[in-house]
Amino acid sequence: MTTGELSQWHASEPDNYLPPGLAAPRPWQDGLDTPYWDAIERNSLVVQYCDSCDAHQWGPEWICHRCHKFDLEYVEIEPKGKIYSWERVWHPVHPALQASCPYMVVLVELPGADNVRMVGNLLGDPLRPITIGEEVEAVFEHHKDVDPPYTLVQWKRVGD
Amino acid sequence: MSDHPMRGRTAISGLGETKYYKRAMAPDGEFKMCLEAILLACEDAGIDPRDIDGFCSYSNERSSPDRIAAALDIKEMRLSNMFWGGGGGGGSGALANAVSAIISGQCEVVVVYRALAQGQFGRFGQGAVVNEVNNDGKWTAPFGLMSPAQSFAMRVRRFMHENGVQQEALRAISMASYHHAQQNPRAVMHGRELTEEIYDQSRWIVEPFHLFDCCMENDGAAAIIVTSVERARDLKPTPAVVLAAAQGSTARNQAPAHNADIYATSNFQHVGKRLYEIAGLTPNDVDVSQVYENFTGGVMMSIVEHGLCSADEVNDIFTLENFKSTGKLPINTSGGNLAECYMHGLELIIEAARQIRGQSPNQVSDAEVALVASGPMVTPVSSCILGVDR
Repeated sequence: MTTGELSQWHASEPDNYLPPGLAAPRPWQDGLDTPYWDAIERNSLVVQYCDSCDAHQWGPEWICHRCHKFDLEYVEIEPKGKIYSWERVWHPVHPALQASCPYMVVLVELPGADNVRMVGNLLGDPLRPITIGEEVEAVFEHHKDVDPPYTLVQWKRVGD
Repeated sequence: MSDHPMRGRTAISGLGETKYYKRAMAPDGEFKMCLEAILLACEDAGIDPRDIDGFCSYSNERSSPDRIAAALDIKEMRLSNMFWGGGGGGGSGALANAVSAIISGQCEVVVVYRALAQGQFGRFGQGAVVNEVNNDGKWTAPFGLMSPAQSFAMRVRRFMHENGVQQEALRAISMASYHHAQQNPRAVMHGRELTEEIYDQSRWIVEPFHLFDCCMENDGAAAIIVTSVERARDLKPTPAVVLAAAQGSTARNQAPAHNADIYATSNFQHVGKRLYEIAGLTPNDVDVSQVYENFTGGVMMSIVEHGLCSADEVNDIFTLENFKSTGKLPINTSGGNLAECYMHGLELIIEAARQIRGQSPNQVSDAEVALVASGPMVTPVSSCILGVDR
Protein backbone atom coordinates (compact mmCIF):
# COMPACT_ATOMS: atom_id res chain seq x y z
CA MET A 1 0.00 0.00 0.00
CA THR A 2 1.11 3.56 -0.57
CA THR A 3 1.18 5.92 2.37
CA GLY A 4 -2.04 7.50 1.17
CA GLU A 5 -3.83 4.18 0.77
CA LEU A 6 -2.55 3.08 4.13
CA SER A 7 -3.76 6.27 5.70
CA GLN A 8 -7.22 5.55 4.30
CA TRP A 9 -7.01 1.97 5.54
CA HIS A 10 -6.34 3.09 9.08
CA ALA A 11 -9.04 5.75 8.76
CA SER A 12 -11.58 3.16 7.60
CA GLU A 13 -11.46 1.68 11.10
CA PRO A 14 -10.69 -1.97 10.40
CA ASP A 15 -11.43 -4.44 13.20
CA ASN A 16 -7.83 -4.25 14.39
CA TYR A 17 -5.53 -1.23 14.05
CA LEU A 18 -2.44 -3.33 13.31
CA PRO A 19 -2.40 -6.47 11.17
CA PRO A 20 -2.17 -10.00 12.60
CA GLY A 21 1.21 -11.51 13.39
CA LEU A 22 2.37 -9.44 16.36
CA ALA A 23 2.98 -11.15 19.70
CA ALA A 24 -0.21 -11.84 21.63
CA PRO A 25 -0.16 -10.52 25.21
CA ARG A 26 -0.58 -13.21 27.84
CA PRO A 27 -1.02 -12.91 31.62
CA TRP A 28 1.94 -13.44 33.92
CA GLN A 29 2.15 -17.08 34.90
CA ASP A 30 1.77 -16.09 38.56
CA GLY A 31 -1.62 -14.51 37.87
CA LEU A 32 -0.61 -10.94 38.72
CA ASP A 33 -2.46 -9.28 35.86
CA THR A 34 -5.21 -11.82 35.10
CA PRO A 35 -7.96 -9.50 36.49
CA TYR A 36 -6.93 -6.83 33.97
CA TRP A 37 -7.18 -9.11 30.93
CA ASP A 38 -10.49 -10.53 32.15
CA ALA A 39 -11.92 -7.03 32.68
CA ILE A 40 -10.97 -5.53 29.36
CA GLU A 41 -12.49 -8.55 27.62
CA ARG A 42 -15.76 -7.27 29.16
CA ASN A 43 -15.04 -3.69 27.98
CA SER A 44 -14.19 -2.56 31.49
CA LEU A 45 -10.93 -0.69 32.14
CA VAL A 46 -9.28 -1.51 35.46
CA VAL A 47 -5.98 -0.68 37.15
CA GLN A 48 -4.54 -1.54 40.54
CA TYR A 49 -5.61 0.46 43.59
CA CYS A 50 -4.12 0.65 47.09
CA ASP A 51 -6.79 1.41 49.71
CA SER A 52 -4.11 2.25 52.30
CA CYS A 53 -2.69 4.99 50.10
CA ASP A 54 -5.93 5.80 48.27
CA ALA A 55 -3.88 5.73 45.09
CA HIS A 56 -3.89 3.93 41.75
CA GLN A 57 -0.90 2.03 40.35
CA TRP A 58 0.06 0.87 36.87
CA GLY A 59 1.56 -1.36 35.42
CA PRO A 60 0.68 -4.23 37.60
CA GLU A 61 2.90 -5.21 40.51
CA TRP A 62 2.45 -7.51 43.49
CA ILE A 63 3.10 -4.69 45.90
CA CYS A 64 2.17 -1.04 46.31
CA HIS A 65 5.33 0.88 45.58
CA ARG A 66 4.25 3.60 48.03
CA CYS A 67 3.46 1.63 51.22
CA HIS A 68 4.59 -1.93 50.33
CA LYS A 69 1.18 -3.47 50.94
CA PHE A 70 0.79 -6.72 49.00
CA ASP A 71 -2.03 -7.93 46.75
CA LEU A 72 -3.61 -4.73 45.47
CA GLU A 73 -7.18 -4.88 44.21
CA TYR A 74 -8.18 -3.99 40.68
CA VAL A 75 -10.75 -1.21 40.36
CA GLU A 76 -12.70 0.05 37.38
CA ILE A 77 -11.73 3.51 36.17
CA GLU A 78 -13.21 5.93 33.70
CA PRO A 79 -11.83 4.91 30.28
CA LYS A 80 -10.74 8.44 29.40
CA GLY A 81 -7.35 10.06 29.23
CA LYS A 82 -5.10 12.67 27.70
CA ILE A 83 -2.22 12.28 25.25
CA TYR A 84 0.98 12.45 27.32
CA SER A 85 3.39 11.65 24.49
CA TRP A 86 3.25 10.11 21.03
CA GLU A 87 5.27 8.68 18.19
CA ARG A 88 4.58 8.07 14.53
CA VAL A 89 6.36 4.89 13.44
CA TRP A 90 7.65 4.87 9.86
CA HIS A 91 10.22 2.07 9.87
CA PRO A 92 8.88 -1.47 10.44
CA VAL A 93 10.96 -3.57 12.82
CA HIS A 94 8.74 -6.65 12.61
CA PRO A 95 7.71 -8.67 9.53
CA ALA A 96 4.01 -8.27 10.36
CA LEU A 97 4.35 -4.49 10.09
CA GLN A 98 6.08 -4.34 6.71
CA ALA A 99 3.01 -2.86 4.99
CA SER A 100 1.54 -1.00 7.96
CA CYS A 101 3.73 2.06 8.39
CA PRO A 102 3.18 4.74 9.41
CA TYR A 103 1.14 4.00 12.48
CA MET A 104 0.60 5.93 15.70
CA VAL A 105 1.60 4.86 19.19
CA VAL A 106 0.48 7.06 22.06
CA LEU A 107 1.18 7.26 25.76
CA VAL A 108 -2.04 8.18 27.52
CA GLU A 109 -2.28 9.50 31.06
CA LEU A 110 -5.44 8.82 33.01
CA PRO A 111 -6.46 11.78 35.19
CA GLY A 112 -9.15 9.65 36.83
CA ALA A 113 -6.52 7.25 38.14
CA ASP A 114 -3.75 9.44 39.53
CA ASN A 115 -2.34 9.98 36.04
CA VAL A 116 -1.07 6.45 35.55
CA ARG A 117 -0.11 5.91 31.91
CA MET A 118 -0.97 3.34 29.26
CA VAL A 119 0.57 2.67 25.85
CA GLY A 120 -1.76 2.07 22.94
CA ASN A 121 -2.41 2.95 19.33
CA LEU A 122 -4.31 6.08 18.38
CA LEU A 123 -7.05 4.96 16.02
CA GLY A 124 -7.76 6.85 12.84
CA ASP A 125 -5.61 8.49 10.20
CA PRO A 126 -1.97 8.22 11.39
CA LEU A 127 -1.02 11.33 9.42
CA ARG A 128 -3.49 13.56 11.23
CA PRO A 129 -1.62 16.13 13.35
CA ILE A 130 -1.58 15.34 17.05
CA THR A 131 -1.23 17.54 20.10
CA ILE A 132 -0.02 16.55 23.55
CA GLY A 133 -2.90 17.05 25.95
CA GLU A 134 -5.64 16.02 23.51
CA GLU A 135 -8.46 14.09 25.17
CA VAL A 136 -8.97 10.47 24.19
CA GLU A 137 -11.20 7.60 25.20
CA ALA A 138 -10.55 3.88 25.32
CA VAL A 139 -11.63 1.50 22.58
CA PHE A 140 -11.62 -2.21 23.41
CA GLU A 141 -10.13 -4.07 20.46
CA HIS A 142 -11.10 -7.72 20.68
CA HIS A 143 -8.84 -10.23 18.94
CA LYS A 144 -11.21 -13.16 18.65
CA ASP A 145 -9.57 -15.07 15.83
CA VAL A 146 -6.61 -16.25 17.87
CA ASP A 147 -6.47 -19.03 20.43
CA PRO A 148 -6.80 -18.01 23.17
CA PRO A 149 -8.45 -14.71 22.21
CA TYR A 150 -7.36 -11.46 23.84
CA THR A 151 -8.30 -7.78 24.03
CA LEU A 152 -6.19 -4.64 23.58
CA VAL A 153 -7.05 -1.21 24.95
CA GLN A 154 -6.76 1.30 22.12
CA TRP A 155 -7.54 5.02 22.07
CA LYS A 156 -9.48 7.43 19.90
CA ARG A 157 -9.96 11.16 20.09
CA VAL A 158 -13.03 12.26 22.03
CA GLY A 159 -15.66 13.17 19.45
CA ASP A 160 -14.22 10.99 16.67
CA MET B 1 38.94 19.18 45.78
CA SER B 2 37.01 16.02 46.56
CA ASP B 3 38.38 13.56 49.08
CA HIS B 4 36.14 10.82 47.75
CA PRO B 5 37.97 7.46 47.93
CA MET B 6 37.41 6.82 44.23
CA ARG B 7 38.89 10.06 42.97
CA GLY B 8 42.24 9.93 41.22
CA ARG B 9 43.29 6.49 42.44
CA THR B 10 43.19 4.61 39.14
CA ALA B 11 43.88 5.28 35.49
CA ILE B 12 43.14 3.95 32.05
CA SER B 13 46.54 2.70 30.92
CA GLY B 14 45.81 0.89 27.69
CA LEU B 15 43.43 1.29 24.75
CA GLY B 16 42.57 -1.41 22.23
CA GLU B 17 40.18 -1.42 19.29
CA THR B 18 39.78 -3.74 16.34
CA LYS B 19 39.04 -2.27 12.98
CA TYR B 20 35.40 -1.22 13.06
CA TYR B 21 33.06 -2.67 10.47
CA LYS B 22 29.59 -2.16 9.14
CA ARG B 23 27.21 -4.82 10.38
CA ALA B 24 28.01 -8.28 9.00
CA MET B 25 31.22 -7.05 7.32
CA ALA B 26 33.74 -8.30 9.90
CA PRO B 27 35.99 -11.04 8.51
CA ASP B 28 36.51 -12.42 12.02
CA GLY B 29 34.17 -13.85 14.59
CA GLU B 30 33.11 -11.88 17.63
CA PHE B 31 35.23 -13.80 20.15
CA LYS B 32 38.36 -13.56 18.01
CA MET B 33 37.84 -9.79 17.76
CA CYS B 34 37.43 -9.67 21.53
CA LEU B 35 40.83 -11.31 22.00
CA GLU B 36 42.39 -9.00 19.44
CA ALA B 37 41.07 -5.88 21.19
CA ILE B 38 42.34 -7.06 24.58
CA LEU B 39 45.79 -7.85 23.16
CA LEU B 40 45.93 -4.44 21.50
CA ALA B 41 45.06 -2.73 24.79
CA CYS B 42 47.81 -4.68 26.57
CA GLU B 43 50.29 -3.83 23.85
CA ASP B 44 49.34 -0.17 24.10
CA ALA B 45 49.82 -0.25 27.87
CA GLY B 46 52.99 -2.28 27.60
CA ILE B 47 51.87 -5.05 29.90
CA ASP B 48 51.83 -8.83 29.54
CA PRO B 49 48.23 -9.98 28.83
CA ARG B 50 48.84 -12.86 31.27
CA ASP B 51 48.97 -10.25 34.06
CA ILE B 52 45.31 -9.29 33.61
CA ASP B 53 43.59 -10.40 36.81
CA GLY B 54 40.14 -8.86 36.46
CA PHE B 55 37.42 -8.76 33.81
CA CYS B 56 34.56 -6.25 33.71
CA SER B 57 31.91 -5.93 31.05
CA TYR B 58 28.23 -5.09 30.57
CA SER B 59 25.13 -5.69 28.47
CA ASN B 60 25.31 -9.48 28.75
CA GLU B 61 28.65 -9.63 26.97
CA ARG B 62 28.93 -12.98 25.22
CA SER B 63 32.72 -13.35 25.37
CA SER B 64 33.04 -14.71 28.87
CA PRO B 65 36.09 -14.28 31.14
CA ASP B 66 36.48 -18.03 31.58
CA ARG B 67 37.01 -18.50 27.86
CA ILE B 68 39.22 -15.44 27.48
CA ALA B 69 41.33 -16.44 30.48
CA ALA B 70 41.93 -19.87 29.02
CA ALA B 71 42.71 -18.51 25.57
CA LEU B 72 45.21 -15.94 26.90
CA ASP B 73 46.72 -18.13 29.63
CA ILE B 74 45.74 -15.66 32.36
CA LYS B 75 47.91 -16.60 35.34
CA GLU B 76 45.43 -15.80 38.10
CA MET B 77 41.91 -14.48 37.62
CA ARG B 78 40.67 -12.58 40.65
CA LEU B 79 37.50 -10.93 39.39
CA SER B 80 34.82 -11.73 36.82
CA ASN B 81 32.20 -9.01 36.85
CA MET B 82 29.11 -8.17 34.81
CA PHE B 83 27.18 -4.89 35.05
CA TRP B 84 23.49 -5.71 35.15
CA GLY B 85 21.31 -3.87 32.67
CA GLY B 86 20.83 -3.60 28.96
CA GLY B 87 22.24 -1.52 26.18
CA GLY B 88 25.22 0.75 26.63
CA GLY B 89 24.09 1.98 30.04
CA GLY B 90 26.84 0.01 31.72
CA GLY B 91 29.92 1.28 29.88
CA SER B 92 31.13 3.65 32.56
CA GLY B 93 29.63 1.34 35.17
CA ALA B 94 31.96 -1.44 34.08
CA LEU B 95 34.81 1.04 34.46
CA ALA B 96 33.50 1.98 37.92
CA ASN B 97 33.49 -1.69 38.89
CA ALA B 98 37.06 -2.10 37.63
CA VAL B 99 38.13 0.97 39.60
CA SER B 100 36.43 -0.37 42.74
CA ALA B 101 38.15 -3.74 42.36
CA ILE B 102 41.57 -2.08 42.16
CA ILE B 103 41.02 0.37 45.02
CA SER B 104 39.70 -2.41 47.26
CA GLY B 105 42.78 -4.46 46.56
CA GLN B 106 41.01 -7.28 44.73
CA CYS B 107 42.82 -6.73 41.44
CA GLU B 108 45.81 -4.99 39.92
CA VAL B 109 45.15 -5.10 36.17
CA VAL B 110 41.54 -5.08 35.03
CA VAL B 111 40.34 -5.21 31.45
CA VAL B 112 37.03 -3.55 30.60
CA TYR B 113 35.89 -4.90 27.28
CA ARG B 114 33.01 -5.26 24.85
CA ALA B 115 32.81 -7.34 21.69
CA LEU B 116 29.81 -6.92 19.49
CA ALA B 117 29.13 -8.38 16.08
CA GLN B 118 25.52 -7.60 15.29
CA GLY B 119 26.03 -9.21 11.92
CA GLN B 120 26.69 -12.53 13.68
CA PHE B 121 24.31 -12.49 16.63
CA GLY B 122 21.19 -10.55 15.73
CA ARG B 123 20.34 -6.91 15.51
CA PHE B 124 19.27 -4.59 18.30
CA GLY B 125 17.07 -2.60 15.96
CA GLN B 126 14.63 -5.40 15.21
CA GLY B 127 11.61 -6.53 17.18
CA ALA B 128 11.38 -10.13 18.40
CA VAL B 129 9.27 -12.40 16.24
CA VAL B 130 7.37 -14.46 18.79
CA ASN B 131 3.81 -15.70 19.08
CA GLU B 132 3.21 -14.60 22.64
CA VAL B 133 4.64 -12.17 25.18
CA ASN B 134 4.03 -12.56 28.91
CA ASN B 135 6.71 -10.25 30.33
CA ASP B 136 6.49 -6.45 30.54
CA GLY B 137 6.83 -6.34 26.75
CA LYS B 138 3.13 -7.20 26.70
CA TRP B 139 2.31 -3.56 27.52
CA THR B 140 4.04 -2.28 24.38
CA ALA B 141 4.83 -4.93 21.73
CA PRO B 142 1.21 -5.67 20.71
CA PHE B 143 0.95 -1.97 19.77
CA GLY B 144 4.01 -2.12 17.51
CA LEU B 145 6.31 -0.52 20.09
CA MET B 146 9.24 -2.91 20.44
CA SER B 147 12.59 -1.51 19.23
CA PRO B 148 14.91 0.75 21.25
CA ALA B 149 14.15 3.66 18.90
CA GLN B 150 10.44 3.20 19.49
CA SER B 151 10.88 2.85 23.25
CA PHE B 152 12.93 6.01 23.58
CA ALA B 153 11.14 8.25 21.04
CA MET B 154 8.25 8.55 23.48
CA ARG B 155 10.47 9.95 26.25
CA VAL B 156 12.28 12.28 23.87
CA ARG B 157 9.04 13.64 22.40
CA ARG B 158 7.82 14.43 25.91
CA PHE B 159 11.08 16.21 26.78
CA MET B 160 10.87 18.24 23.58
CA HIS B 161 7.27 19.15 24.42
CA GLU B 162 8.04 20.19 28.00
CA ASN B 163 11.01 22.31 26.96
CA GLY B 164 10.01 23.56 23.53
CA VAL B 165 12.94 21.85 21.80
CA GLN B 166 13.09 22.09 18.01
CA GLN B 167 14.17 19.31 15.62
CA GLU B 168 17.24 21.37 14.66
CA ALA B 169 18.72 20.66 18.09
CA LEU B 170 18.72 16.94 17.38
CA ARG B 171 20.12 17.57 13.91
CA ALA B 172 23.09 19.42 15.36
CA ILE B 173 24.02 16.41 17.50
CA SER B 174 24.01 14.13 14.50
CA MET B 175 25.99 16.57 12.40
CA ALA B 176 28.64 16.91 15.11
CA SER B 177 29.28 13.18 15.13
CA TYR B 178 29.51 13.04 11.35
CA HIS B 179 31.70 16.13 11.25
CA HIS B 180 34.22 14.63 13.66
CA ALA B 181 34.17 11.26 11.88
CA GLN B 182 35.58 12.93 8.76
CA GLN B 183 38.89 13.46 10.61
CA ASN B 184 38.88 9.92 12.03
CA PRO B 185 40.08 7.18 9.67
CA ARG B 186 38.79 4.50 12.06
CA ALA B 187 35.25 5.79 11.71
CA VAL B 188 32.84 3.66 9.71
CA MET B 189 31.33 6.89 8.33
CA HIS B 190 34.71 8.41 7.44
CA GLY B 191 34.23 9.91 4.00
CA ARG B 192 30.46 10.19 4.40
CA GLU B 193 29.60 13.81 5.05
CA LEU B 194 26.27 14.80 6.51
CA THR B 195 24.65 18.10 5.57
CA GLU B 196 21.53 19.77 6.93
CA GLU B 197 19.79 18.92 3.66
CA ILE B 198 20.70 15.23 3.81
CA TYR B 199 19.49 15.07 7.41
CA ASP B 200 16.23 16.90 6.71
CA GLN B 201 15.45 14.73 3.70
CA SER B 202 16.37 11.44 5.34
CA ARG B 203 13.51 9.13 6.15
CA TRP B 204 11.83 9.00 9.50
CA ILE B 205 12.50 5.90 11.57
CA VAL B 206 10.09 6.93 14.26
CA GLU B 207 9.29 10.57 14.91
CA PRO B 208 11.16 12.53 16.23
CA PHE B 209 14.06 10.38 14.95
CA HIS B 210 15.26 10.58 11.40
CA LEU B 211 17.62 7.89 10.11
CA PHE B 212 20.61 10.00 11.16
CA ASP B 213 19.34 10.36 14.73
CA CYS B 214 19.84 6.63 15.22
CA CYS B 215 23.07 4.78 16.02
CA MET B 216 24.61 2.37 13.57
CA GLU B 217 24.74 -1.41 13.90
CA ASN B 218 28.35 -2.59 13.70
CA ASP B 219 30.85 -5.38 14.20
CA GLY B 220 34.01 -4.99 16.26
CA ALA B 221 35.53 -5.10 19.71
CA ALA B 222 37.16 -2.68 22.15
CA ALA B 223 39.05 -2.96 25.44
CA ILE B 224 40.70 -0.75 28.03
CA ILE B 225 43.25 -1.64 30.69
CA VAL B 226 42.68 -0.13 34.14
CA THR B 227 45.42 -0.04 36.79
CA SER B 228 46.29 1.94 39.89
CA VAL B 229 47.48 5.42 39.06
CA GLU B 230 50.90 4.51 40.52
CA ARG B 231 51.28 1.60 38.16
CA ALA B 232 49.99 3.69 35.26
CA ARG B 233 52.83 6.15 35.80
CA ASP B 234 55.34 3.38 35.18
CA LEU B 235 53.71 2.41 31.90
CA LYS B 236 54.31 3.82 28.47
CA PRO B 237 51.17 5.85 27.70
CA THR B 238 50.04 9.06 29.38
CA PRO B 239 47.64 7.99 32.16
CA ALA B 240 44.00 8.99 31.80
CA VAL B 241 43.15 9.28 35.46
CA VAL B 242 39.69 8.23 36.57
CA LEU B 243 38.42 11.23 38.54
CA ALA B 244 34.96 9.72 38.98
CA ALA B 245 32.67 6.98 37.76
CA ALA B 246 29.08 6.65 38.89
CA GLN B 247 26.14 4.39 38.14
CA GLY B 248 22.51 4.14 39.11
CA SER B 249 19.00 5.37 38.45
CA THR B 250 16.33 7.78 39.56
CA ALA B 251 13.31 6.30 41.33
CA ARG B 252 11.21 3.79 39.37
CA ASN B 253 12.74 4.74 36.05
CA GLN B 254 11.62 1.48 34.43
CA ALA B 255 8.18 1.25 36.03
CA PRO B 256 6.19 -0.91 33.60
CA ALA B 257 4.25 0.49 30.68
CA HIS B 258 6.15 3.80 30.64
CA ASN B 259 5.10 4.79 34.18
CA ALA B 260 8.40 6.24 35.42
CA ASP B 261 7.78 8.93 38.03
CA ILE B 262 10.04 11.28 36.08
CA TYR B 263 9.40 10.33 32.47
CA ALA B 264 11.18 12.84 30.22
CA THR B 265 14.68 11.99 31.38
CA SER B 266 17.91 10.33 30.31
CA ASN B 267 17.97 8.91 33.87
CA PHE B 268 21.12 10.88 34.77
CA GLN B 269 19.50 13.28 37.25
CA HIS B 270 21.04 11.56 40.26
CA VAL B 271 24.07 9.93 38.61
CA GLY B 272 25.24 13.17 37.03
CA LYS B 273 25.11 15.03 40.34
CA ARG B 274 26.96 12.27 42.17
CA LEU B 275 29.57 12.09 39.41
CA TYR B 276 30.64 15.69 39.99
CA GLU B 277 30.61 15.21 43.76
CA ILE B 278 33.03 12.29 43.46
CA ALA B 279 35.28 14.21 41.09
CA GLY B 280 35.12 17.43 43.07
CA LEU B 281 34.36 19.25 39.85
CA THR B 282 31.53 21.22 38.30
CA PRO B 283 30.16 21.13 34.75
CA ASN B 284 32.20 24.27 34.04
CA ASP B 285 35.39 22.24 34.53
CA VAL B 286 34.56 19.82 31.70
CA ASP B 287 36.65 20.46 28.58
CA VAL B 288 35.20 17.80 26.27
CA SER B 289 32.30 15.32 26.47
CA GLN B 290 31.58 11.99 24.87
CA VAL B 291 27.83 11.51 25.11
CA TYR B 292 26.36 8.16 24.12
CA GLU B 293 24.18 8.40 21.08
CA ASN B 294 21.76 5.52 20.95
CA PHE B 295 19.55 8.29 19.64
CA THR B 296 20.22 12.02 19.48
CA GLY B 297 17.37 12.73 21.87
CA GLY B 298 19.21 10.78 24.55
CA VAL B 299 22.31 12.90 23.98
CA MET B 300 20.21 16.01 24.48
CA MET B 301 18.83 14.90 27.82
CA SER B 302 22.23 13.54 28.98
CA ILE B 303 23.90 16.89 28.28
CA VAL B 304 21.20 18.69 30.25
CA GLU B 305 21.28 16.24 33.16
CA HIS B 306 25.06 16.50 33.39
CA GLY B 307 24.62 20.24 33.81
CA LEU B 308 26.47 21.17 30.63
CA CYS B 309 23.51 23.24 29.45
CA SER B 310 20.04 23.93 30.83
CA ALA B 311 16.92 22.58 29.17
CA ASP B 312 15.76 26.02 28.10
CA GLU B 313 19.12 26.71 26.42
CA VAL B 314 19.02 23.64 24.17
CA ASN B 315 17.68 25.39 21.06
CA ASP B 316 20.33 28.11 21.27
CA ILE B 317 23.37 26.10 22.33
CA PHE B 318 22.86 22.94 20.26
CA THR B 319 24.63 23.99 17.07
CA LEU B 320 27.28 22.28 15.00
CA GLU B 321 29.70 25.11 15.71
CA ASN B 322 29.31 24.75 19.46
CA PHE B 323 29.66 20.97 19.31
CA LYS B 324 32.86 20.96 17.23
CA SER B 325 36.18 20.24 18.95
CA THR B 326 36.86 23.96 18.58
CA GLY B 327 33.46 25.00 19.95
CA LYS B 328 32.02 25.94 23.33
CA LEU B 329 30.57 22.50 24.08
CA PRO B 330 32.65 19.92 22.18
CA ILE B 331 31.02 16.49 22.04
CA ASN B 332 31.63 13.12 20.42
CA THR B 333 34.99 13.99 18.93
CA SER B 334 35.60 10.56 17.37
CA GLY B 335 32.20 10.34 15.69
CA GLY B 336 30.74 8.17 18.43
CA ASN B 337 27.98 5.64 18.00
CA LEU B 338 26.47 7.55 15.09
CA ALA B 339 29.51 7.77 12.85
CA GLU B 340 32.60 6.05 14.32
CA CYS B 341 31.24 2.73 15.53
CA TYR B 342 28.47 1.47 17.74
CA MET B 343 30.73 -0.40 20.14
CA HIS B 344 28.17 0.05 22.89
CA GLY B 345 29.89 3.25 23.96
CA LEU B 346 33.20 1.72 25.01
CA GLU B 347 34.66 3.59 22.05
CA LEU B 348 33.50 6.79 23.79
CA ILE B 349 35.55 6.03 26.91
CA ILE B 350 38.51 5.28 24.64
CA GLU B 351 38.05 8.62 22.89
CA ALA B 352 37.86 10.43 26.24
CA ALA B 353 41.18 8.82 27.21
CA ARG B 354 42.61 9.84 23.84
CA GLN B 355 41.60 13.44 24.54
CA ILE B 356 43.46 13.29 27.87
CA ARG B 357 46.49 11.84 26.05
CA GLY B 358 46.28 14.57 23.44
CA GLN B 359 45.80 12.00 20.66
CA SER B 360 42.26 12.58 19.44
CA PRO B 361 41.64 13.00 15.71
CA ASN B 362 39.72 16.11 16.81
CA GLN B 363 41.83 17.19 19.73
CA VAL B 364 40.37 19.81 22.04
CA SER B 365 43.23 22.12 22.95
CA ASP B 366 44.44 21.76 26.53
CA ALA B 367 41.82 19.13 27.35
CA GLU B 368 42.31 18.24 31.01
CA VAL B 369 38.86 16.97 31.98
CA ALA B 370 36.86 14.63 29.74
CA LEU B 371 33.34 13.47 30.56
CA VAL B 372 31.68 10.31 29.27
CA ALA B 373 27.95 9.78 29.56
CA SER B 374 27.23 6.15 28.77
CA GLY B 375 23.94 4.84 27.38
CA PRO B 376 20.97 7.02 28.46
CA MET B 377 17.30 6.21 29.10
CA VAL B 378 17.95 2.69 30.43
CA THR B 379 18.25 1.45 34.03
CA PRO B 380 20.84 1.68 35.40
CA VAL B 381 22.90 4.30 33.59
CA SER B 382 26.49 5.33 34.25
CA SER B 383 29.00 8.05 33.48
CA CYS B 384 32.61 8.87 34.22
CA ILE B 385 35.14 11.70 34.22
CA LEU B 386 38.75 11.24 33.14
CA GLY B 387 41.51 13.75 33.74
CA VAL B 388 45.20 14.44 33.37
CA ASP B 389 47.58 13.15 36.05
CA ARG B 390 48.38 15.73 38.70
